[in-house]
Amino acid sequence: MSRDPHAAAHAHEGPHEIEMPHASMRDYVIGFVLSVILTAIPFWLVMTMPLSAGATGAIIMGFAVVQIVVHMIFFLHMTPKAEGGWSLTSLIFTVIVVVIMLAGSLWVMHHLNTNMMPMPHEPTSQTVGTTTGQVP
Amino acid sequence: MTPHPAPETGPILGKLSLEALPLHEPILVVTFIGVVLGGIAVLGLITKFRLWGYLWTEWFTTVDHKRIGIMYMILGLIMFLRGFADAIMMRIQQAMAFGGSEGYLTPHHYDQVFTAHGVIMIFFVAMPFITGLMNYVVPLQIGARDVSFPFLNNFSFWMTTAGAVLTMISLFVGEYAQTGWLAYPPLSGIAYSPNVGVDYYIWGLQIAGVGTTLSGINLIVTILKLRAPGMGLMKMPVFTWTSLCANILIVASFPILTATLVLLTLDRYVGTNFFTNDLGGSPMMYVNLIWIWGHPEVYILVLPLFGVFSEVTSTFSGKRLFGYTSMVYATICITILSYLVWLHHFFTMGSGASVNSFFGITTMVISIPTGAKLFNWLFTMYRGRIRFELPMMWTVAFMLTFVIGGMTGVLLAVPPADFVLHNSLFLIAHFHNVIIGGVLFGLFAAINYWWPKAFGYKLDVFWGKVSFWCWVVGFWVAFTPLYILGLMGVTRRMRVFDDPSLQIWFVIAGIGALIVAAGIGAMLVQFAVSIWRRKELRDTSGGDPWDGRTLEWATSSPPPDYNFAFTPVIHDLDAWYDMKKRGHQRPVDGYRDIHMPSNTGTGIILSGFCLVMGFALVWHIWWLVALSFAATIVGAIYHTFNYKRDFDIPAATVTAVEEARTRQLAAGA
Repeated sequence: MSRDPHAAAHAHEGPHEIEMPHASMRDYVIGFVLSVILTAIPFWLVMTMPLSAGATGAIIMGFAVVQIVVHMIFFLHMTPKAEGGWSLTSLIFTVIVVVIMLAGSLWVMHHLNTNMMPMPHEPTSQTVGTTTGQVP
Repeated sequence: MTPHPAPETGPILGKLSLEALPLHEPILVVTFIGVVLGGIAVLGLITKFRLWGYLWTEWFTTVDHKRIGIMYMILGLIMFLRGFADAIMMRIQQAMAFGGSEGYLTPHHYDQVFTAHGVIMIFFVAMPFITGLMNYVVPLQIGARDVSFPFLNNFSFWMTTAGAVLTMISLFVGEYAQTGWLAYPPLSGIAYSPNVGVDYYIWGLQIAGVGTTLSGINLIVTILKLRAPGMGLMKMPVFTWTSLCANILIVASFPILTATLVLLTLDRYVGTNFFTNDLGGSPMMYVNLIWIWGHPEVYILVLPLFGVFSEVTSTFSGKRLFGYTSMVYATICITILSYLVWLHHFFTMGSGASVNSFFGITTMVISIPTGAKLFNWLFTMYRGRIRFELPMMWTVAFMLTFVIGGMTGVLLAVPPADFVLHNSLFLIAHFHNVIIGGVLFGLFAAINYWWPKAFGYKLDVFWGKVSFWCWVVGFWVAFTPLYILGLMGVTRRMRVFDDPSLQIWFVIAGIGALIVAAGIGAMLVQFAVSIWRRKELRDTSGGDPWDGRTLEWATSSPPPDYNFAFTPVIHDLDAWYDMKKRGHQRPVDGYRDIHMPSNTGTGIILSGFCLVMGFALVWHIWWLVALSFAATIVGAIYHTFNYKRDFDIPAATVTAVEEARTRQLAAGA
């Protein structure tokens, strides 16, 4: 769907021709090896369970975050200069929006949950069938 | 009136049967007959004048951003008439239903009317209007030949149209949602809405949402990649800036809507419990998620119009825009802040004091950049040589109206006040005040401003003024009573009322709606009269009737297919004003071939498949779902093998077009 003709029409515009950073075989191999290591260690932690469950979970989360960064650098080639800085800008914007959304939702829902009226814990008789009957 | 029990699902027609036709609703039957007769008349005329081929090759399959923009505007206008018909029906119902009278609408019908009104006005009126406007103007303002992905643009338009068509089908086949425009569960869940109304709602929005998201991506890429040489970000026209921010909001927020509706769909179709009251489901989560999309949506609608007001104010005051940089930063601030205020739509859900105060404060904070914009416009006008042409009149009306709407919004942002006013007619009056006063008035300014660019002649001023005064006066007559009623505690979406002392306000509001109707009528007359008298109204200035400042006025009206024979080079903000000031000479020879994208019917065909799929999903016609889904995928893959997707406009053709313009300029001068 991309349209070369247009790019051709604008080819003479120096500042708008932004080269993708050159991706070498070496980058991909480094990325691949790092990903394997970063996946193997959590796997080993879960299989053999040398640590407590809480510590294992925390370490896995930590490795996951590092893995995300590895993927972004070695596979998606997101350096601060890629696409004239737009890759990084859009990444930062996306992260901000996602963090706002997740943190905000958790915060809001936590408060809503805390403020709920205590409800008598009925056995779940409210199945779909009976509620359908309540439709006026 | 009781909704029909959910019909049995058959293997061939799913839930669809003759029962689905609303033959028991005389209003719908009469409307249906009217639509059929009107439709036959239109189709007959098209056939009589042999326009099918022309429409198909020149419009339906076009990838020209200008024609797609115009088609978006037509879609918005048609759906606007439908949405306004709903509004009039509600006003009449509420003005009648007093003293034991039930009015003329059954609850089942009335609930569909207010739901359809909201959904249509936001998704199928405001969104197509702003998308059409951005589509038309942005590539011209940045000196580009088209958008970055012309085929995608065509496809986006037809997906939006498919969503609109599916929503319209619900009028005559089955029913629409009776849930309000955001379809809160548990009401919209399968337990309380067992029929197809909510399914029409879901699939209409999902299909149109694909188009909206794709066109958002398309316009972002266009603005970032296809600007004319020399146009740095801080030399972009303000309208392009606000369009950029609006499209970033679209791309960042519409996926949330899509995901939320998918969860609701799963609840309805496969019995999950995301938003039910059972098994750990939480309807409040739906409200939370839908407003994380919903609040940015408000700014998606209004930001491009802030850009329009900036262009209009600057042009008709004959001055450079006051505080361009602050305008840009205010826009960016609003873009970010619009993600931090969503909870003000449900203060009353009970998040408690700390959460409510946080979101109350962020809501008040967001009014600061908006206020800054307003002062910028006022200072632009200050000591300007203001010409009160129609676009400027709409802009002044916007300033006066929108400020009041904004202030009532700040009132609502105070959580304790919101506990009193939540879901009252005060809220209804507030958001109509900002959406009509901001978005619609802005659109009317934009239509009057850019019409000469799109068609080469101005709009008739007399009928434009009639429309203007009817709209502005009608708006206030219609919505001031709602503010008053809201302060008295009257809630929204009521069908009948007990207290007879309230009736007078609803009657006044109904009269206001009729005045607005006259405004709409005058606007249609304005279009018709202008088309009729297009020779007299012809713009003789050679494409620059308002003494414009931005690049779109540098080319002819209407612009040639390729927009600019030579890509302009930008040296300053207000590029065209700068070029005129420096005695810019239009190049008259040395034209070269221009590489352009070819038209394709793939967009309309794929959207047709999606429309069928949406209809089949609504009615649980599973074989048709599978078939149309497969057709969509196969069609999309087939299109990737289409290598004939571009062509060259020969230099001879460019020369002929440009020489015609040279002669026209010489004649006008």
